Order: sequence, then structure tokens, then C-alpha cells
Amino acid sequence: MTQAPPTATYFQHLAEGRFMIQRSPSTGEWVFYPRMVAPVSGANDLEWVEPSGLGTVYAVTVKRAKPPAPNVSIAIVELDEGPRMMSHVQGIEADQVRIGMRVRARIVDGLDDNKIVVFEPEAAA
Amino acid sequence: MTSSPFPRGKVSIVGATTFGQGRAPGFQSSDLAAIAARDALAQAGLTPADVDGLFFCHPTDTFGGLSFAQYLGIHPTITDNSRVGGSAFQAYVEQATFLLDAGLIDVALIAFGNNQATATGKLATTIYPMTYEAPYKPINPVSSYALAAARHMHQYGTTQEQLGEVALAARSWAQMNPEAFKRDPLDMETYMASRTVSSPLKVLDCCLVTDGAAAIVLTRTDRARDLIARPVAVLGAASATTHREISWMEDLTVTAAKDSGARAYAAAGVTASDIDVVQVYDAFTINTILFLEDLGFCPKGEGGRFVEGGAIAPGGRLPVNTNGGGLSCCHPGMYGLFTLVEAIRQLRGECGTRQVTDPHLAIAHGNGGVLSSQATVILGSPETI
Repeated sequence: MTQAPPTATYFQHLAEGRFMIQRSPSTGEWVFYPRMVAPVSGANDLEWVEPSGLGTVYAVTVKRAKPPAPNVSIAIVELDEGPRMMSHVQGIEADQVRIGMRVRARIVDGLDDNKIVVFEPEAAA
Repeated sequence: MTSSPFPRGKVSIVGATTFGQGRAPGFQSSDLAAIAARDALAQAGLTPADVDGLFFCHPTDTFGGLSFAQYLGIHPTITDNSRVGGSAFQAYVEQATFLLDAGLIDVALIAFGNNQATATGKLATTIYPMTYEAPYKPINPVSSYALAAARHMHQYGTTQEQLGEVALAARSWAQMNPEAFKRDPLDMETYMASRTVSSPLKVLDCCLVTDGAAAIVLTRTDRARDLIARPVAVLGAASATTHREISWMEDLTVTAAKDSGARAYAAAGVTASDIDVVQVYDAFTINTILFLEDLGFCPKGEGGRFVEGGAIAPGGRLPVNTNGGGLSCCHPGMYGLFTLVEAIRQLRGECGTRQVTDPHLAIAHGNGGVLSSQATVILGSPETI
């Protein structure tokens, strides 16, 4: 399983409607972004696992758009399993996204053919 | 205290200059760097033929070091065009010092030039988009630094006005620097009213996009004394890397400057309270606050309050970025070398109305990527050796 190219595998999972990241059984660490070699330990045992999809906003910035285009939030979300990822928090005004806010992952269409993971407030889900 | 392997004071700077800060129409990047290199070498009575260690960053040429050696018509024994962002130049000082002290080279030239403003009007870059950030279209590098600023505000109560204080101080210094690109007056009202790019960062929190070149020349201190009257000593230098993209920075409020700074101070045998003049890479206003904290000028989280009331502006308690910084003097894509040149000029007493009174110790801190790579150099007057 670890021999499949990690980036292609990640986006293939998303295309199938599954948000999957990696974990190294020997260290117990969850890993994002997908790699062939576990960070720090160098372990060769990364396997694909499904995180809870829950996380907390660690930092957020709002990209100001020219009206009428809406402002867009760019957040760093810390997954409950540990790793962080950049994403959008949607389903709420960009200016209302707060650090510490509990969020839940959702898979949506990205800019190209790929699906991407975004988040929305946990309460709204 | 563990002893530092750094050859403290064994290497000195005998030439330092800038060229074309702001707009330098018609020149290629290498032309600008060559002019600065020629002038820096001339300060010590040297020519390109004397250079056997070349440390060079070109804004877009992967083989920049080779191209610049060819331009100068020299065959260096050490050619380094490693790229760790704007901190590359501090890292070059660190490495050149070891190489000079070991006798592998005799004269090191560190040079940089960029014609981005007049050539394209945009930040010249070869940065590779990151697969797992690019889909969210951050306005990089602004959004990455904005995330760090937002986190600092959340964790420590840092305010928009405190960010503004950094911009105002930089502008006040720039007004005393004839080479600075932005010299019109700036007040808090104007700062607060300026457009937000990526919250909390406004246009006036962001560094300039300019042309510019700089160069410095290093040699062993014994030879340096024969070349010029008052060489500037390299007392300490250290580097550290923590991440590439902001999403993988462990703590957005603590940079690797804490580590590079601690090792540079240990090498120099000094502490922050000994430093007379401070130059830090202010790509954004939050940088100055983070680096003042991480380099020990104030406790972690206190940077915003530290800069209040004009404390780092002319006449304040600590002179910071006395040329006007990347915010108001120049920012030709990579600014690290300009912090070194200004620190050297202050120690040589060349700074006219912005001259700090009788400084003996200066710090020049470089930042690369998105707070990713940090490198610190501590410089001293001949008396500090």
C-alpha cells in the first residue's frame, strides 16, 4: 500500500469521496501531507487511514476580493489526529471564521479536475 | 555555556555597498550586482581578479553563481548559489567565514542584484507551487505572513496599530536615508485606512517591490587590517531552517531566529542587551515584531507592546532598520544582504543624519521563505575583537 505514489493516491481517494491521510504504526504519528517516507523517523510503514474529519482552526486570514466577489478565508486547520493543513472554512462569512473554531471536513470540487478538502463549522454540519 | 566552533573575529568585512535601490531602468540583474561588487571591492583596493570565493543569488537563474563568475571573468575555487530565501546572505557570511578561516579561500564576495521592478513590476520568483496549499489560492507570500500575524494577535493581543508602529518607524528612518525609495511622510491614520490585502495585513504592512543590488567583501582579519583602516569584524553567525510552507510551521509565533540568534550570540559572546543597532528582514511588519522577540530584545509575545510609541523609530529606545528596511527603503525580492550593508555602514559611521551614536555591535538578521529559514550575523567594530 505504501508503494503507491502518495500524491496520486490522496487525490484518488478524494475522487472516490474519501478523505484519507497517512499514519505510521511504528511511531503512532498521523501524517499530512502524503509521503513515501515517514517524517523524522524515516519509517517505511506509512499506511492510509481515515481521520475523524474534525479539527480546530489554528490560524486564519481573509483574502480581500474586489466586490461583488466574496472575501475568502484561508485557514490552517489542525486535525484532531494532529497534522495541520491549509484549507477554506465555508458555510459561514469569511470574516466570521475564528481561531479555535471547531470544524468538520467536507469534499468539494477544486480548481482543476481534483477534489479538495474544505471545512465548515462543526455546529452547522 | 558550550563553546562555539565559530571563528570569532577571524574574518572581517572590507567592502560593502548598494546600487540602484528603488528603480534602475534598463539594467539586467547581473549588471546591478556587478556594479555593487565592483564598488565594494574597490573600497578595499581589490578587483574581481582577487575573488576566489563567490557567493551569489540571482532572482531567477538556477545557475546564477556560474553566470556571475563568468560575468566577472573569474574562476572561483568556491562558488555557492544556494538558495534558502532572503536569509541566504547571512548563511553565506557564516559559511564564507569558516572557509576563509580554514584557508580554503582568501577573498569572499557576496553579491545580489534584481531588476524586477523595472523589468516586470512584480516579485521575480521561481518558487514551486505546493500541491497541498495551491488549491486554496493563498496570496503568497502575504497570506502566509498574515496567518502568522493573526496567530500572534490571537495569542498575545498584538494589535493592528502595533503592526502600524513598525511601518511608521521604518518610514521615519527612510526619510533620513537618501537611498530609500519611499520617503513621503506616513501617519497612523493613513496606515489604518490603507487597503487590507490578506487580513490582518494591509498594503502598508508589506515590503516594497523594487530593483536593487548589494555586495560585501570578506577576508581574514589580519589581511583586512592591511587593506582598510577600520574593517568590520564578523563575531558570530548561525542559521536554522524549520519548514517551507506556513502550514507546516510548528508554532506560528516562534521562528527559527530563536535558534540562529542564540547560536550567533554564543559565538560572539554577547547578548541582545549589548547590541547597539538592529537590522532585521522586515518583509512584513509582523516580521520585525517576531524577530525582536526571537532575538531576545523583548520577551515572547511582547513585541507589539515593545514597538509602541516610536520605540524603534529615530530617537526611540532601540534603533531598528535604520535604512528604512524592506518596508520603506528597498525590497528587490531578497533583502537579507541589505540588512548586512546597513549594519556595516552604521559600524563604519557612514549613515549621515540617521547615524546611530558610536555603535560597536550590530545584528543583521535574514529571513527566508515564509518565516522558514533564519540566519543571524553579529558584527562588531575593530575594538570588539
